[in-house]
Amino acid sequence: MSEIIHKKPVLTDEIVDDFSENDFVFVQEGERLTDKAYKSTSYLHDVWINFSKNKGAVVGAVIILIITLFAIIGPMVSGYTFDGIDLPHQSMPPRIPGIEKLGIFNGFERGKNVYEAKDALDLYFWLGTDTNGRDLFTRVCEGTRISLFIALVAVVIDIVIGMSYGLISGYFGGVVDMVMQRLLEVLNGIPTLVLVTLLGLVLPSGMTTIILALIITGWIGMSRIARAEVLKLKEAEYVLASRTLGAKHFAIIFIDILPNIFGQLITMAMFSVPSAIFTEAYLSFVGLGIPAPAASLGTLISDGYKSLTVHPYMIMSAIVVLALLMLSFNLFADGLRDAFDPNQKH
Amino acid sequence: MAKYITKRVLVSILTLLAILFVLFLMLSLMPGSPFNDEKLNATQKALLYAKYGLDQPFFIRFAKYVAAMVKGDLGFSYVINKNKAVSEMVAGPLMVSIKVGAMGMALGSVLGLLLGIAAALNHNTWVDTLCSIVSIMGVSVPSYVFALLLVYFVGFKMGLIPILYTSKNVAASYIGPMIALAMSPMANVSRFTRSEMIDVLGSDYILLVEAKGVRQNNLIMKHALRNTLIPIITIMGPILVNLLTGSMVVEKVFGVPGIGTLMVTAIQSNDYNVVIACAFIYSALYIVMMLFIDIAYGIIDPRIRVAKEK
Repeated sequence: MSEIIHKKPVLTDEIVDDFSENDFVFVQEGERLTDKAYKSTSYLHDVWINFSKNKGAVVGAVIILIITLFAIIGPMVSGYTFDGIDLPHQSMPPRIPGIEKLGIFNGFERGKNVYEAKDALDLYFWLGTDTNGRDLFTRVCEGTRISLFIALVAVVIDIVIGMSYGLISGYFGGVVDMVMQRLLEVLNGIPTLVLVTLLGLVLPSGMTTIILALIITGWIGMSRIARAEVLKLKEAEYVLASRTLGAKHFAIIFIDILPNIFGQLITMAMFSVPSAIFTEAYLSFVGLGIPAPAASLGTLISDGYKSLTVHPYMIMSAIVVLALLMLSFNLFADGLRDAFDPNQKH
Repeated sequence: MAKYITKRVLVSILTLLAILFVLFLMLSLMPGSPFNDEKLNATQKALLYAKYGLDQPFFIRFAKYVAAMVKGDLGFSYVINKNKAVSEMVAGPLMVSIKVGAMGMALGSVLGLLLGIAAALNHNTWVDTLCSIVSIMGVSVPSYVFALLLVYFVGFKMGLIPILYTSKNVAASYIGPMIALAMSPMANVSRFTRSEMIDVLGSDYILLVEAKGVRQNNLIMKHALRNTLIPIITIMGPILVNLLTGSMVVEKVFGVPGIGTLMVTAIQSNDYNVVIACAFIYSALYIVMMLFIDIAYGIIDPRIRVAKEK
């Protein structure tokens, strides 16, 4: 920030002969001037500008917000519960008030109105019902809640385990690094899905198993990035200065180094979200995930798969939400990466 | 180079042993037993356990298993195909899985390469945007979602491919799984090719080649593409991992009789030896592929080798 303060110059005697001291007045006398053309921006503001320029990333963020909103308020406004079995109204196609006049979501299946046939013209199941008569809109919202919860867990695990593991391994180096990296190699040698499948077998299926599976393998990518970033920074002069001043290892790692690499780490955490969501969907699809009657996107897909050719609408809503969710998290993470580090090559 | 390869092979073997141990440990902790027939009483069960050596301590069983495995003996199936050797049961499905996987990989890589080149040559036009959209879809949408969509729209609605695997028309049955598996490699390869190609096309030596008056086709095929291809080996590892994990579910969706389907069946019927064998084959495939990629990269780029030898 450049600041110029104009002062009245002292006039010499010769000039005074021609001009009187009051002939001229400085326009900006005593005023503080800032260089507006090259105004400096803070780091976070810079990140925000880069991020909002990226259309895909903004679209991704907006879709995540909308889906989250639906997951929160959906079950409240739908008027149904996710596990309320209603056998008379089973396998109803989607019907939404208003949109039904356009010829889609109008309760028709194979040319006939199922709602009329079942004498239920006053009912609206927005995304239809499943083979037990449960409202699919409510179930998809519930399933999204579970997927979003798993996304949150994945980020926390990434930060708590992956980041610390990478930071410690990279910072201390030597024997510590050797042992930790060999351990990581073995863990990484096991294909994630094989491990997850076996865990699902040993433990009772449910949320705990999925979380445990993520705890074992979900953080390996993150720890690699954290380690690589620490290796770059730990020889830096400011770290040396800090050490010379007597800072403890803990302080150097978490106060000096961490803030400088946090952007990359957050990006990495965002990239691990889609694979965590996929892990859940996969486990439930194979039949080792969240047990009935609770609904996750994976359970919904595996249920809908059974009647794919008869009632395709039962699977489509869950597939679309799952695909949208994974797509938007990827776009969002892409945008974050570009925003935090615009010079990096992709 | 020899030293580097020896070291990598040793580490791989150790990793495989560790994985086998973990698998064995997990399975012995598993609830349920392979002999679930209600007609069996306690004495009969004990006899069966003794016959198959399941009554011995954990470490002895493990040691015996490893010793037999070295000779190519993977034990017998307890449930799915009683008393049939697992090595026989696994061989057929393994070939099917490898065939489907390799076809998916080949299709995906070729399409991805073409897409990437098209995007790079038409940088910042609608072609580029289209390619980017296709590749971000391929990267983020899981392969089994593609499989399900293929089954419904192409298989059921249009009737172009069989919905489920049929032994009558094996070739047609492979089309669906192949396309579903090709999506992820295609997306990854096209993204990477695009960015590498843009870099290469902007370099000084390409400017020189252009100045010499080399024709466009020649320029791309001979000068630009070759230099683009080398770094692509780096992403082969993650791509193959995706392919392996994807194949487990895609096989189930299409009912392809591969290793993935066999493993899921074995899991559901508590068939210990088959589960261990399948899981081990998956891990072994994964590790061997990683090993090859590492060695290939070490040969192409000596800096990697030097860094890892330290």
